[in-house]
Amino acid sequence: MKILTCPMNGPRNITEFQSFGPLKADPDPETTSDQDWARHLFRANNTRGVITEWWRHVPSNYFFLAERNATTNEVIRTFDPSELEAAQ
Amino acid sequence: MPLRLLKYGLSKDYPVTGDIPATPDLKPSYDVVIVGGGGHGLACAHYLSKYHGITNVAVLEKGYLAGGNTARNTTTIRSNYITKEGIAFYKEGVQLYEEMSEELDFNVMFSQRGQLTLAHTEATLRSFHLRAEMGKHAGTNIEVVDAQAVKELSPHLNMDEGGPLEIIGGLWHSDGGTARHDAVAWGYAAQASRRGVEIHQRTEVEGFDIEAGNITKVRTNRGTISAGQVMIAVGGMNYDMTLKAGVELPIRCFPLQAMVTQPLKPWLHTLVSSVSLHTYLVQSSRGEIVIGGGSDPYQLYSTRSTLDMKEHLAEGATHLFPFLHGVRLLRQWAGITDMTPDYSPIMGASPLKNLWLDCGWGTWGFKATPVAGKYMAQTIANQKVAPVLEPFTMERFASFDLLNEMGATAASH
Ligand SMILES: Cc1cc2nc3c(=O)[nH]c(=O)nc-3n(C[C@H](O)[C@H](O)[C@H](O)COP(=O)(O)OP(=O)(O)OC[C@H]3O[C@@H](n4cnc5c(N)ncnc54)[C@H](O)[C@@H]3O)c2cc1C
Repeated sequence: MKILTCPMNGPRNITEFQSFGPLKADPDPETTSDQDWARHLFRANNTRGVITEWWRHVPSNYFFLAERNATTNEVIRTFDPSELEAAQ
Repeated sequence: MPLRLLKYGLSKDYPVTGDIPATPDLKPSYDVVIVGGGGHGLACAHYLSKYHGITNVAVLEKGYLAGGNTARNTTTIRSNYITKEGIAFYKEGVQLYEEMSEELDFNVMFSQRGQLTLAHTEATLRSFHLRAEMGKHAGTNIEVVDAQAVKELSPHLNMDEGGPLEIIGGLWHSDGGTARHDAVAWGYAAQASRRGVEIHQRTEVEGFDIEAGNITKVRTNRGTISAGQVMIAVGGMNYDMTLKAGVELPIRCFPLQAMVTQPLKPWLHTLVSSVSLHTYLVQSSRGEIVIGGGSDPYQLYSTRSTLDMKEHLAEGATHLFPFLHGVRLLRQWAGITDMTPDYSPIMGASPLKNLWLDCGWGTWGFKATPVAGKYMAQTIANQKVAPVLEPFTMERFASFDLLNEMGATAASH
């Protein structure tokens, strides 16, 4: 069983988690063109390298981020979303 | 056929004639270059050469013929989809399978034994009614059946009466079946190469030269060639390959796993799948029980198998057929699937004038091998997208004209 380390609950079985796909920048609904809006909805980072993605620890309904290598499946780190806001 | 067999048997030197000639040297230029020697690329080559008289064609395959998802799929062939565009397209796909052994003079072992999808909840049953009505309207053989009929169709099923997974009905699609995946690819390859199509194995496409909105050259590990028209059909690598041509498709790659048990005497006469258990089973002509399910739960470029998925599939299989609990697993494997947001393929034109797409086949493209080949060939020959392919354009995402086939069966095969 693969173990994922939840920033809040510590290391847990992967079956306790749900993937929500790659992190995307939120477009501004006022200024974004229809084309870019569609792109935002339907495209996601699909590179073979490291991707930053949303995960949820299902039993505690806690959303967090992970940096994972999409080829080797190595999880580089997991972190609380507040780190993103702090970085902005 | 029997006469040929007799001659072969009586011959002194047992002449071995391979179906597919050895890989020749690359010529400097081809009318059509097909990137990817899986079922889809080979089918297109067959239709181009047989029905459009286009034989100056090269199929470029990175590895060995049809060793990608064509080799890994569980060969469910069906047309019980839900959009009218999807049903019409897959229905023709099933019909082409019915005729395929004749068309190719190659036994593809098409076995049309019907697909039974199980409902354990009222909500599932309601969705089955919708699918059945859509299918009947389009002229496919599909009906909702009650628990008694399910029992008659598959007498070994654990109906779980009174239990949490009681089978309360099913969707019976008598058009459904399976075919031998290698034979499909080989049949197309043999036909196409007999008409002059060149099949280049171990020939990896590394990039494209683009001038004025056209691909002028295709760069490979064995040299660079000029191409009139180019088609991309590289299965799990479609995202990467189209990107090399500057086209970004809304695709994410997920592994899809499957496994087979040791061979058993024939007992499972239909394809059986369960929506709630995310498990489907079919008995192969060798007697193995092929077991598959949904994609992995997160994106990954890897063909590794996992214990989690094996446990999950084994749990589903032994719930439906408890006597399987002592049966051993023989093999397990995975393929990388190119998933689109609406679980429909991306076919037709691209932003480049001479690049044609046969992509986004995800977990459901084997059944479409002949029909995609037929219409992609027509599209390339006329340099105009065949009308049946128009709804599958990559532009549908920008205009929000999605073809949602997400709720297909136990999984979207
Ligand atoms: C486990 C599993 C179960 C499935 N079950 C079903 C099912 O039951 N029913 C169904 O309809 N579908 C099913 N599918 C999906 C189906 O297998 C695919 O959609 C279909 O086989 C795609 O065919 P293709 O010819 O487009 O791609 P592939 O068969 O993958 O062929 C693409 C080829 O391109 C080659 N290639 C890649 N990169 C390059 C390069 N750079 N240069 C040259 N060549 C390259 C690859 O080596 C490969 O041979 C399943 C898939 C998997 C993985």
